[in-house]
Amino acid sequence: MAEPLLEVDSVTCGYGISAVLDGLSFSMGTEAVSIVGRNGVGKSTLCLALLGLVPVGSGEIRLNGEPIQALSPERIARKGIALVPQGRRLFPSLTVDEHLKMFRKSTRDARWTPDAVYDLFPRLAERRSNGGAELSGGEQQMLAVGRALLLNGDLIVMDEPSEGLAPTIVDVLIDAIHRLVAEGTAVLVVEQNLAAATSVADRQLVMVSGRIEAETTAERLRNDADLQHRYLGV
Amino acid sequence: MTLFGATGRPYGRFQGGITVSVVQDAQLHEGAFGERRNLRSVVGAVGPVRLTTIAIGLWIVALADRSWTTETSAGSAIAEPGEFLVTLLDGLTFAGLLFVVASGFTLIFGLMRTVNMAHGVIFLLSGYLAIEVQQAMVGQERNIEPEQVSLFDWIFPTLVGAAVAAAIGVVMQQLLLRWNQGEDLRQAIITMGVAVILADQMLAQFGGLATTMEWPGATVHFFEILGERYATSRLFMLAVALGAGALLWLWLNRTRMGIVIRAGVDDQDMVRALGINVNLVFAATFFVGSFLAGVGGAMGASFSGAAPGADGQWLLNSLIVVIMGGLGSVKGAAAGSLLYGTVVAFAPAYLPRDYTFYSVIVTFVLLAVVLVARPHGLFGKAS
Repeated sequence: MAEPLLEVDSVTCGYGISAVLDGLSFSMGTEAVSIVGRNGVGKSTLCLALLGLVPVGSGEIRLNGEPIQALSPERIARKGIALVPQGRRLFPSLTVDEHLKMFRKSTRDARWTPDAVYDLFPRLAERRSNGGAELSGGEQQMLAVGRALLLNGDLIVMDEPSEGLAPTIVDVLIDAIHRLVAEGTAVLVVEQNLAAATSVADRQLVMVSGRIEAETTAERLRNDADLQHRYLGV
Repeated sequence: MTLFGATGRPYGRFQGGITVSVVQDAQLHEGAFGERRNLRSVVGAVGPVRLTTIAIGLWIVALADRSWTTETSAGSAIAEPGEFLVTLLDGLTFAGLLFVVASGFTLIFGLMRTVNMAHGVIFLLSGYLAIEVQQAMVGQERNIEPEQVSLFDWIFPTLVGAAVAAAIGVVMQQLLLRWNQGEDLRQAIITMGVAVILADQMLAQFGGLATTMEWPGATVHFFEILGERYATSRLFMLAVALGAGALLWLWLNRTRMGIVIRAGVDDQDMVRALGINVNLVFAATFFVGSFLAGVGGAMGASFSGAAPGADGQWLLNSLIVVIMGGLGSVKGAAAGSLLYGTVVAFAPAYLPRDYTFYSVIVTFVLLAVVLVARPHGLFGKAS
């Protein structure tokens, strides 16, 4: 296997005395990976820690072999990790178009431009001048993904992308994610929703109380009721 | 009126305005004050704030200064439309100056949660500098006549003052505040320290006497409006304020930096997670916020002069405006300036003549009423 894109090595992280991430380790290349886990096992904290938005207590996070856990969020983002956060976190004061135009004009050969995002999600183009808060849940999620794409990074981290969305919208998003991966962008999806997680990626990491407990494939996870019951409580 | 309702819970937060508590109160005292019930339910239904507004409106429009009512400095709108219009213009033009200063203050607070206690000092320093530059340009230290001042002799000193103000703002932010980002109280105390030091230095440098900047001669005229004389320079001040407001709007809405600043006001962490250098954005915001204080300083020096104490006065003015308008909202700064400017102009003009010294209190009553109805200000959001 080539040098992994992202390596997370025994990372601990917590608020006050309680550890949320407790020696969490995994690595991934340019591929799609799902991390599944119950509510409260630290999935969102992991996403924020990857971006430097919560401080990492110990351990190391490496992107393309370079430690990044001590960098500021803006440096990490510019090194190539883009976040689609839980709850979208769009900017209510900005229109759709402004969300996509807030980035420095990228070089001409960059894959993602505002127009390319509109091509990927034509529904956003129709709502160009609407405010971020006036969109439907699905449109908001598309905008959050589009905004992350404009960083033209190597890895997109998505925190619960299917949350609160109608199944047909989830399908649109999953299609888009498949296209991204096929084009060579790595995608790490953190999900509670087993159906969404298993249709996004083949590689499934099961997270339990702040660490990765098991690794399996989408097909096995889908069919293994015992595994599901033991780790996910479903 | 008791402080506690029937349930024993205080009327602490008025969710939908004061109306609620008064209606409850009316019901509470139904038995004891049965004969006053009708009046009370009328007050309750219309709402005391609205009722007071209507009463004040009636007073100003029709009742003030009639032979059969109390004497006031300005006559009612019906009897003396000229005096009413002049008062209105006074309010509007003063609001323009308020907006220029307060919008800079609210911009800085909105993005960085920094209560910049040095805003008033930056305002005053710019005023002093603009006066010095203007005197040097005209070649005369005192008794400058408006005819000697060309439009350029006003604009250039204003820009010099504002540029120095902007530079001080950026240096203060990069040197002192940057390391304390997110520590609101510490930042407030640091800027207060800067304010005290600068204020003393200005006293040493510029002395304790008031000096004034001259408006450009071309704008110093009087024109007649409904039988009253009015100074064109005040309208010039309003025009400068509108120009500054328009530029600020364009900057916030039509440039990439402005978009990033609005996004940063919403969710700063998310902006950082998008790879945007917030430190640069912070510096730019301090630059523009302090520049606006500087433009306001030169306007203020022309309007009412520069003197020790004006720094504290204008810090207070900015605070009142942005607390009413909602901290961090430029739209709120505009609304707050209009409200405050109007009250400052109308209170002394329409309070009964023997009570005009109470007009300062009216400002704080206005502030209290706005905060009771909207605890976060007119356009404010809960933080």
